[in-house]
Amino acid sequence: MINRNQLIALLVVFGLIATCPFWVKSAPTMNTIIAVLYIALLGQSWNILGGYGGQFSFGHAAFFGTGAYTVAVLQIQLGINPWIGLIAGGLLATFVALVIGFASFRYGLRGSYFALVTLAFAEVLRILSNSVSFTGGGVGLLIPLDRRFSNLQFEDNRGYFWVIWALCLVCFLTVWWIGRSRFGAWLMAVRDNEDAARALGVDVFRTKMGAVALSGFFSGVAGVFYAQFYLYLDPSIAYGSAISIESLLVPIIGGMGTLFGPLIGAGVIHFLSELTRHFVGDVPGVALSIYGVLLILIVMFLPRGLISIGTVLLGKSRRRANA
Amino acid sequence: MLDVRNISKSFGGLKAVDNVSMKIEEGSLVSLIGPNGAGKTTFFALITGFHRPDNGTVQFCGQEITGLKPSDIAQAGMVRTFQIVQPFAGQTVRENIAVGAHLRHASRRDALDRAREVAEKVGLGDRLDQDAASLTVAGRKRLEVARALATDPKLVLFDEVLAGLNPSEIRDVIPVIRAVRDSGVTILLIEHVMQAVMSLSEYTFVLNQGRMIAEGVPRDVASNQTVIEAYLGPGMAARLKSQQTEAAS
Repeated sequence: MINRNQLIALLVVFGLIATCPFWVKSAPTMNTIIAVLYIALLGQSWNILGGYGGQFSFGHAAFFGTGAYTVAVLQIQLGINPWIGLIAGGLLATFVALVIGFASFRYGLRGSYFALVTLAFAEVLRILSNSVSFTGGGVGLLIPLDRRFSNLQFEDNRGYFWVIWALCLVCFLTVWWIGRSRFGAWLMAVRDNEDAARALGVDVFRTKMGAVALSGFFSGVAGVFYAQFYLYLDPSIAYGSAISIESLLVPIIGGMGTLFGPLIGAGVIHFLSELTRHFVGDVPGVALSIYGVLLILIVMFLPRGLISIGTVLLGKSRRRANA
Repeated sequence: MLDVRNISKSFGGLKAVDNVSMKIEEGSLVSLIGPNGAGKTTFFALITGFHRPDNGTVQFCGQEITGLKPSDIAQAGMVRTFQIVQPFAGQTVRENIAVGAHLRHASRRDALDRAREVAEKVGLGDRLDQDAASLTVAGRKRLEVARALATDPKLVLFDEVLAGLNPSEIRDVIPVIRAVRDSGVTILLIEHVMQAVMSLSEYTFVLNQGRMIAEGVPRDVASNQTVIEAYLGPGMAARLKSQQTEAAS
């Protein structure tokens, strides 16, 4: 029952978002909406593995960057259409995710050890992409401007909106499915107590591999979108820790292991980053410091994320009423 | 049904389980007792795949299962519970039990329905939507039993499901265990509560310092000299006997 209501809520929210191109007239506002959706996609992909699976990755840039570089390199070096690159980027990111997952989960790495391994992989990929020639090295890759639908580039940014809207919808529907499926039940059981899950017949390794694959796929797809939207990539954008941090901040602030948490988190994070840019300009580090403060506040007062603010406030007022 | 032959396991220099064999017939209710540190829980971990035995074999329903993964062994029909209860905190009682039910039911709805049935059987029927973390110790023990039963096991291994309960709670849980057996599930219990061992089990194995020192009907085992000395120390059997004869005369 809860699940059906959640599906309805999800479709309503995405339906409302879909009305934006019809009444939003200014291009910068449209870009903001696109950016929020793109960050929500990235955050939701982290949420699959971190929020539902309890495996905290500190290196989601490894998947994101692989997706981004795949679409760029295929286009520039081999002339392959970016729509094919979209699928290829997702799949190659899935492959990277499976390799990292295998290396970690096969040997039972959990918690901070898993976080460190993912971080290390992302860093290795960053250094590699900096030193080989087909990625353009440190100079980066500039995707040639050719604004056509068949080229996954759009004159009007409403085209980008529909692409990211659809990608987000698929990702959020997948997460909704996780919440009501056997795979999801097993994944959350593994998160909450690995030994107990194992005793009840859950194949912990395969469940984690499933989660890391899904998570990697959607991160890779987000990377492809990034490349097509900004048309420029370099190693520190694609594989830098900024992406890894952003993808985990979004669901933690919004609400880990919840369907809508990443959407809320994405909205808040983007709003904050725009705000800081407006008031302090481009002073490096200010945005990150503000994220840090926000993160501390959330962890202290709303450990289940902003999505739980209603229940927390209600609970408080109820307790006060009882007292 | 279960045939364990000469399994051993060492941790460093310590022989936790040393050349232990055990046979369990289908439909029986058997217990495994022994002083603290005797290797009972390690024995459970060995036959359910949590640890790999150094040597020896485990056969279950005629099938060799030595060294298989716990998930494969659960699939084959042998499931354990934990001495220290391990609820999935943050999930409801129903969701907790459904994790076990999913082993045989792919659909979420079937698993949740099955979870309700099992919950009613163990007396958690009125707490289905409660957070598992909010249960009392007795409630958590019931949950532990319910999750294991939800996997539709042929053989279930209960690791001290009565430990930490007060006498009235024990009196409530014993019928639950008996009902499980009556529904056709074979049971192996690790238990310290002697009242339960005596009243529930038909056959008892005694483990001490990793070795099987005695087996038999509970009444006989309880008066076995080696067993008394394992629990109370060397010489105690003789002293007890002389006290008894003195008291009698």
